[in-house]
Amino acid sequence: MSGGKKENQMTMIDAINMAFHDAMEEDPKILVLGEDVADPEEGGVSGATRGLSTKFGEHRCRTTPISEQAIIGAAIGASLAGYKPVAEIMLMNFTTVAMDMIFNHAAKLRYMSGGQTNVPIVIRTMTGAGFSTAGQHSDFLEAWFAHAPGMKVVIPSNAQDAYGLLRSAIDDPDPVLVVENMPIYWTPTDKPEKGHRVPIGKARIAAEGKDITILSYAGMMNKCLAALEALGQAGVSAEMIDLRTISPWDQETVLSSVAKTGRCLIVHEAVKPFGVGAEIAATLSERCFGKLKAPVSRIGAPFTPVPFSKPLESAFLPDTAQIAETAIALVKGKH
Amino acid sequence: MTKTNQPDGPTQVEIFRRMALLKANDERARKVIRSGRVQMTYYSYRGQEVIPAAMSVNLTDKDYLCTIYRGIHDMLAKGIPLRDLWAEMAGRVKGTCKGKGGPMHLTYPSKGIMVTTGIVGSSMPIANGLAWASQLSKDGRVSVATFGDGASNIGAFHEALNLAAVWKLPVIFLCQNNQYGEHTAFAKATAAKHVADRAVSYNIPGVRVNGNDPYEMYAAARQAVERARAGEGPTLIEAVTFRFFGHVFGDADKYMDPAQKAAAMAADPYPAFRSKLIADGTATEAQLAEIEAKIEKDIDDAVEFALDAPFPDVAEVTRDVYGATA
Repeated sequence: MSGGKKENQMTMIDAINMAFHDAMEEDPKILVLGEDVADPEEGGVSGATRGLSTKFGEHRCRTTPISEQAIIGAAIGASLAGYKPVAEIMLMNFTTVAMDMIFNHAAKLRYMSGGQTNVPIVIRTMTGAGFSTAGQHSDFLEAWFAHAPGMKVVIPSNAQDAYGLLRSAIDDPDPVLVVENMPIYWTPTDKPEKGHRVPIGKARIAAEGKDITILSYAGMMNKCLAALEALGQAGVSAEMIDLRTISPWDQETVLSSVAKTGRCLIVHEAVKPFGVGAEIAATLSERCFGKLKAPVSRIGAPFTPVPFSKPLESAFLPDTAQIAETAIALVKGKH
Repeated sequence: MTKTNQPDGPTQVEIFRRMALLKANDERARKVIRSGRVQMTYYSYRGQEVIPAAMSVNLTDKDYLCTIYRGIHDMLAKGIPLRDLWAEMAGRVKGTCKGKGGPMHLTYPSKGIMVTTGIVGSSMPIANGLAWASQLSKDGRVSVATFGDGASNIGAFHEALNLAAVWKLPVIFLCQNNQYGEHTAFAKATAAKHVADRAVSYNIPGVRVNGNDPYEMYAAARQAVERARAGEGPTLIEAVTFRFFGHVFGDADKYMDPAQKAAAMAADPYPAFRSKLIADGTATEAQLAEIEAKIEKDIDDAVEFALDAPFPDVAEVTRDVYGATA
């Protein structure tokens, strides 16, 4: 599972587990709930919460029935009474079952109460195509939640960000959805330091460049970085930005990068229509129009459910060649 | 229902006082809407006053309440101040929520009024979380989720009752069965004979009471509160009642059986309880009249306060979406 892991590296799933251990040790108000999260149930289907119930007790790391509305409702209620619950919704598609609790309640209670109450909960969920999990276990629905005033949405692409974003999400006074891209759970990357925080709303420039800004997040970020070689060979200098937070997204970093490069390609695994790329492209056309040398371009999955069969699933997912090709065409004026 | 667990004289008068407050406030709200002075979507609870009055005398300010769009009676019984309530209903800045929630989303944490939801069934999963917090911190608080009979057919009810039972939470599920879910009669929409029967599935007590009888309602509430405080887990109470003025203000009630409605209104629990208190010698006519007169004066004051209060500054539109981060 963690083949080739070097001493100073860690997988994303281990980083998430480490973030829980560190956070719960520091603050007794932090709770974990969800399906199978306690150790008798193996600490979560991916092991993200393993060891927590043994160390902190099953009253703080509590396995729930398969009842997503009840899970989010319990998290909301406990947060109103001063706790900081982290709810696991096993898969992102299952968040749809709890949408009323998330959208109508968690996201809105601060506003509807005129600021008298707030809902400092974290909702962790995993998703992503690549393991042939098909139409109801793979979707990226981040745009749904980013469209909800009151919600924050973060998506890490590596172990350090997974640790730092989860810690920041727990610190945050409002509901934060943490989307974990399951196929990259076991990829070793640089190890986080204890206590590390990644500020919510802050993107990371993963590579500097001058011809085009390529924006992405989650596993797609790695596919973008893998395109650097082909881009370099074509004489294209790309600036790579890992968005990390979807809402509120880091407009400052993105706008200043695009003002410099004059071109932007947004890459995500979610289906392209009405996605995060559409929002960013619209903002760039409003705020960067005079500086653009090419149309803002988007790569996303086709507008279909996620297919099962391996060749279909691979065709569904954007890939490195497509990213490189599109970016080169934008820079060379062949768009 | 046996006569154990009965309210003493002063408690009976206090139940009456709360009923009087609820009834007068509903009458005034409908009057003010008709006058055009306040525009709001209003769900009258007239006829259901006994339930929150007899429930709330068993609770303290620290106990939590999660209620629903037809819930102003629940909140008044729990102690929401009239001025703050009216200012919120009128959309004024001095309302509980600065005018940003309105009558469907009233919130008043200092009296334990934590959530008012406009979504059928959603009071229950959140009440569980509040109860979980009490279980963890051992603060002895009880959480009450109120809802209508229609909500017992939504998934959230079943998820919430199951979780509360499995976790043995100090929560009370208080179903105010007013016999209609929106415009649809109870039996047409509900396979169970009674809502209380559904408790069997969750291995918790399911108690069905006449929700218009203050004595029965008080006894059931008290028992459920004691059970929750003792750490014995949740109770489902089905309090059978009737709403006099339909689903939403302006509703013509054409879906109702006129004879059923006439009979229910003739059996109005308010004058019945008032007469009983006097007949029993628990209170005098003068004493109850004084209570009613004071309430009318308090409501006069609250309406005036609300209508004189300024509307929120439009800058409020974008405030309170997120809190300040450290």
